Amino acid sequence: MSTPVKTDPSPAAPSEASNRVSLGLSNRLLARPEIGALVAAIVIFIFFLIVAPAFRSAPAFFTVLYQASTIGIVAVGVGMLMIGGEFDLSAGVLVTTAGLFNAMFCYQLGINLWVGAILSLVLCLCIGFLNGYLVMRTGIPSFLITLGTFFILQGVNLGVTKLVTGSVSSPNINQMAGYDSLNWIFAAEFEIGSITLNITVIWWLLFVLLSAYVLQRTKIGNWIYAVGGNAASARAVGVPVTAVKIGLFMTVAFLGWFTGMHYLYNFNVLQAGNGVGNEFLYIIAAVVGGTLLTGGYGNAIGVALGAFIFGMTSLCIVYAGWDPNWFRAFLGVMLLLAVMVNLYVKKLSTTRKVG
Amino acid sequence: MTDTIAEHADSTLYKGEPLVQMTNIGKTYGAIRALKGINLTVNAGEVTCVLGDNGAGKSTLIKIISGLHPHNEGTMKVDGKEVSFSSPRESLSHGIATVYQDLAVVSLMEVWRNFFLGSEMVSGKAPLAPMRINEMRRIADQELRKMGIVVKDINQPIGTLSGGQRQCVAIARAVYFGARVLILDEPTAALGVKQSGVVLKYTAAARDAGLGVVFITHNPHHAYLVGNHFVILKLGEAVLDKKRSEVQLDELTRQMAGGDELTELSHELQK
Repeated sequence: MSTPVKTDPSPAAPSEASNRVSLGLSNRLLARPEIGALVAAIVIFIFFLIVAPAFRSAPAFFTVLYQASTIGIVAVGVGMLMIGGEFDLSAGVLVTTAGLFNAMFCYQLGINLWVGAILSLVLCLCIGFLNGYLVMRTGIPSFLITLGTFFILQGVNLGVTKLVTGSVSSPNINQMAGYDSLNWIFAAEFEIGSITLNITVIWWLLFVLLSAYVLQRTKIGNWIYAVGGNAASARAVGVPVTAVKIGLFMTVAFLGWFTGMHYLYNFNVLQAGNGVGNEFLYIIAAVVGGTLLTGGYGNAIGVALGAFIFGMTSLCIVYAGWDPNWFRAFLGVMLLLAVMVNLYVKKLSTTRKVG
Repeated sequence: MTDTIAEHADSTLYKGEPLVQMTNIGKTYGAIRALKGINLTVNAGEVTCVLGDNGAGKSTLIKIISGLHPHNEGTMKVDGKEVSFSSPRESLSHGIATVYQDLAVVSLMEVWRNFFLGSEMVSGKAPLAPMRINEMRRIADQELRKMGIVVKDINQPIGTLSGGQRQCVAIARAVYFGARVLILDEPTAALGVKQSGVVLKYTAAARDAGLGVVFITHNPHHAYLVGNHFVILKLGEAVLDKKRSEVQLDELTRQMAGGDELTELSHELQK
């Protein structure tokens, strides 16, 4: 019975591929998720340079970057979450929850703002965890679960603020202990010549680079693409699908907290109703940047370009002297175009090339 | 082709040694009985074919072996030790790898990412340590070439490969990472004649290298080409359990086509 297994010597493996051809440059470029967004960004940039004279200056460009960063930071997380195949509609109001909690908690107890900032982070991570846990545990689509958290947070933001302060805005916190250091971290502004560089732009670029590194170069990035592309298949080869997805929801929550901190320490006062509708801006930035709505495809640079397009159009419509109400219509058109380009690119990159 | 397998197969495997032994295995989902009294042994260097129509319990059986659902009756032993898996990771750590018909790969991801998915090569223990991407690309390309699959570009999404090639990548991956028991879930179901041939050749190669193979199919012709042992399931129970020497292709085909029911039906129709 027990005889060692012997294998036949195999036929020589093909050493040189006869049918291997290198893909043309255009083909390889087209298969990249961010290429559509890059082309769109350049076209829109040139367009506004022509029609909006006020845009043709360095300070205006840096204002655009600042505007982009306020959406872009959360969009980094939302983009990764969408690559992982899930949605988060609660991200917009979570930003406000983070700031309101910090402000009111510290103001009522009269304690150092740092305590509130850290507790606010813990709270946000718990909300992110809860989103992810409920999605994974119940199997209900994340669209519905986070729609639920969206409404809960929206209600709680207004309700609790009114209970605590008697109005719908948070108390002014700029005289409290810890304000200066937190203001520097989350809302510092650097004057360089004629331009004003807000620290959120630097944070935004750092988060984009980190996200690009994680997605392309680490095994966790590999897992994110896999759980979004085909969760069952990923689970079968041993990828911890639940942990990856919950981690992504918590990443979004962390970045939401970060942006909430920026708003709080930039304006010192927050309106409890803020943030509603921003969840769509994050999703639009991700989709315009080439992220597939169904998951498994996209990258960090694309999402950053999406946020840049948002910042550019929202301000340049004003620079051009148009009615700002047109902005939303423009965003809708961009979204539709992006979805169609994405669909085409996905088809191009997955259709079988002979050989 | 056998090179890859022989190189990575566990050298302590002896032909005929039992790797997985299932005794009286049963599984119920609530009030529904999906499997009952199944006895199945997977020996090293042999292909055990599990045949059955849709709903016969084939999928439930592999889900138990591969750790997607635990069994709730009977005993399962791996290498002589009793086990009950609660996750695919546990089953993988016992050297049991499953290649699913539809779940084999993530089609939008590059070939090399798929090859190493779940077992990435990283430099360092930190969770964000960089992957050794060039090495992974080189190894994936090399292993696939040994199997006779030459992809145009190792960086192309695996969805651009043909169905047979995708199955082969999934099998090669399982073997490369040291599988001792290979479970193939309907690997030829969606494939053409030529592509099925490629998969069958690779199945035979895995068998010859000493792996225990469980081949799940509803095609008796494919089963008979590579099988050493045949089990036919019907409504969750084994209706045939024979060695290759005891059974002919005709009998397998007849049983699969409906067996006695078919004879009865033909009498009825002739009246």
